[in-house]
Amino acid sequence: MAGPFEKLKQSLARTRVGLLGKISQVITRRKIDDDLLDDIEEILIEADVGVAATTRLIDFLREQASQEKLTDVNDIFGLLKEEITEILSRGDAPIFSEDDKTPVVWLIVGVNGVGKTTTIGKLATNFSARGKMVIIAACDTFRAAAIDQVAIWAERSNVEIVKSQTGSDPAAVAYDAAKASLARGADLLLVDTAGRLHTKSNLMEELKKIKRVIGKALPDAPIYSKLIIDGSTGQNAISQVKVFTEAVGCDGIIVTKLDGTAKGGIIIGVAEELGVPVDFVGLGEGIDDLQRFDAGEFTEALFE
Amino acid sequence: MFGQLSDRLEQAFKKLRGKGVLTEKNIRDSMREVRQALLEADVNYKVAKRFVAAVQEKAIGVEVLKSIDPGQQVVKVVHDELVELLGSKAEPLIPPDKSPTIYMVCGLQGSGKTTLVGKLALQNKRKNKKPLVVAADIYRPAAVKQLKVLADSIEVEHFYLDDKKPPEICAEAVKHAQKNFFDLVIFDTAGRLHIDDELMVELEDIKQKVQPHEILLVADAMTGQDAVNVSKEFHERLGLTGVVLSKLDGDARGGAALSIREVTGCPIKLASIGEKLSDLEAFHPDRMASRILGMGDIVSLVEKAEETVDLEKAARMQEKLLKAKFDFEDFLEQMGQLKKMGPLESLVGMIPGVGKALKNIQLDERQMERMVAIIKSMTIEERRNPNIIDGSRKKRIARGSGNSVQSVNQLLKQFFAMQKMFGNIGKMKLKGLPAGMNPFKL
Ligand SMILES: Nc1nc2c(ncn2[C@@H]2O[C@H](COP(=O)(O)OP(=O)(O)OP(=O)(O)O)[C@@H](O)[C@H]2O)c(=O)[nH]1
Ligand SMILES: Nc1nc2c(ncn2[C@@H]2O[C@H](COP(=O)(O)OP(=O)(O)OP(=O)(O)O)[C@@H](O)[C@H]2O)c(=O)[nH]1
Ligand SMILES: [Mg+2]
Ligand SMILES: [Mg+2]
Repeated sequence: MAGPFEKLKQSLARTRVGLLGKISQVITRRKIDDDLLDDIEEILIEADVGVAATTRLIDFLREQASQEKLTDVNDIFGLLKEEITEILSRGDAPIFSEDDKTPVVWLIVGVNGVGKTTTIGKLATNFSARGKMVIIAACDTFRAAAIDQVAIWAERSNVEIVKSQTGSDPAAVAYDAAKASLARGADLLLVDTAGRLHTKSNLMEELKKIKRVIGKALPDAPIYSKLIIDGSTGQNAISQVKVFTEAVGCDGIIVTKLDGTAKGGIIIGVAEELGVPVDFVGLGEGIDDLQRFDAGEFTEALFE
Repeated sequence: MFGQLSDRLEQAFKKLRGKGVLTEKNIRDSMREVRQALLEADVNYKVAKRFVAAVQEKAIGVEVLKSIDPGQQVVKVVHDELVELLGSKAEPLIPPDKSPTIYMVCGLQGSGKTTLVGKLALQNKRKNKKPLVVAADIYRPAAVKQLKVLADSIEVEHFYLDDKKPPEICAEAVKHAQKNFFDLVIFDTAGRLHIDDELMVELEDIKQKVQPHEILLVADAMTGQDAVNVSKEFHERLGLTGVVLSKLDGDARGGAALSIREVTGCPIKLASIGEKLSDLEAFHPDRMASRILGMGDIVSLVEKAEETVDLEKAARMQEKLLKAKFDFEDFLEQMGQLKKMGPLESLVGMIPGVGKALKNIQLDERQMERMVAIIKSMTIEERRNPNIIDGSRKKRIARGSGNSVQSVNQLLKQFFAMQKMFGNIGKMKLKGLPAGMNPFKL
């Protein structure tokens, strides 16, 4: 891999509108006044940062500018960069703990079509390349050909899969997969779940049950819920994070589809408001298009 | 926290309501709230700005200053402007009357294309048309199989050629359809980014080869600001004939609808409201505007009821709901009918003001079963007059239905909350909204 964020930089360069690149454009030719702050506001909102987070950032800049008597627009630029990096680092934690007993379980959850199954394929490849024994549980027993889809990813990444028939109880598949990972000494169990809108309480109950059943099969195993967010999602991401967190917890977010022109600024709003860390970013449909998220590098990449 | 658009507007108009006259200042204040609300609903920044400017201009006009209730007048101006931006009237798809009519479905990854192809096939099959669905996504793992499973489930023919590129597959499919008298051919294309030149060229090739009658963009209702870039690019390259908004069964405010409509000028033709193949509706700009304004969508609710329940019963139900006169007997009867209408969440979301009122009321279908059991354990008298249910009656009902007294209490609480909520809707009606805005007018 050529630098962990090479691809992200490339894709941002391609769109030629790296979020803060645009800001730096605005800033270098302007003095600090309300018009400037309005322009920064527009850029942040258009990056899906959201009204609340944007307002707080702008207020922060305004306050600092007057307090520190900033006259150089580059200082404002630096401040914004620092502040965003700081926000994105909140709640940051290593994705694996040294004391974790294996198998570790990652429950991959999210609304429909965000990229759960594809991300599982990428994660399986990634971890198995690093010598971890990975098993995939095909717990989307609902959507047409969802099992076939995840089975293809298991084959591509050369890891084992535990599956059943379409229409069968996803919790039962989860249970079998949990037992299988214990028996086979797996390091990581990746659980592919069906897409579900967080507003459907019965489907959220189903998700809780899946988690419960895995807990029963593996009483000592750490179960991490990873929420997949589509990078082009707007403000709804906030309520997705909230409701999924209420149901099964949320130990990390994976933001997909950042290879498009959406800026993914909602991550800033989510981190600020809910303090959930981002673990990975998805940058394409290929098996290698997944990278660790690093707040500093992410912000740097945005600046370029 | 992010207030819902409806809550925000409510706040904005509350500020206006108390005041006798609309001044430029209080309009500007409320417009700030409107703008903020639109942004929180994911309406694009520039689109929101233009919208607010247009509304403000109209609101300051004479008609408003003369009004007795300025708040409602502003609601009306905002609503009308939204409707206009959204397209003012429902536009159906080109009907399958050629031999064959061709639809091409395209969009970003995961937006809901394949599901929509299944939905369109089902809808047309129900109208006694003969649709052919075509697997033109040769890239995503199991995409072909997904469409095949959907097609089989509704007994519609599925077309795919193993060793061909999508443009050839589509061209061959049309030939096959002509030979075999299909009315309609629907292409399920692969998800792609609008900036992926190679794949965008592929769609241009398909368009050139087979000249689809409808080129539909499927857009996720949860999309943020980027909706403008995506739809603009798809439209410029392909000349879209329509947009389908998907996943509208969630709680996304759907501001992307406004953005897309504004930048492309394309009609939004359909609303996808669930994962099941029957979860497809016509897109009604006026209802969408009402939904965005938090006025709910009682028209859709009633229409949906009409499809499943007979008309008379639906009218009676609506009347009772509004008068808050319904009792547990009606409740029981309607549970059965409600169930026929589809997922409860999507129904409930259509009722104005319900979002808030029902926040703490669970609408799990399994829980509904339990409710039914409890109501069935009540005497007729108790069902008609739930106020008489005291402690000892509760115990009896609980025992009779195999539930705890707590569950009975919960049901009663929910029932009274609903009664109150519907009562409020009724009052809202009596107070009178401006003509043309009354959500209950059918
Ligand atoms: N461009 C791009 N596309 C992606 C990315 N991740 C996933 N996709 C595509 O998004 C679409 C949906 O991905 P899936 O993995 O099937 O999503 P899912 O969340 O499992 O979907 P459901 O199970 O149906 O809810 C597919 O076409 C994927 O190829 C990404 O990082 N970038
Ligand atoms: N809740 C809800 N889910 C939907 C709706 N439409 C589609 N879905 C779900 O969204 C996910 C993606 O749908 P698909 O039809 O596979 O999307 P697609 O655009 O064909 O995806 P790709 O081919 O991978 O680009 C699936 O889980 C569908 O069940 C809808 O209106 N509401
Ligand atoms: Mg999936
Ligand atoms: Mg598809």
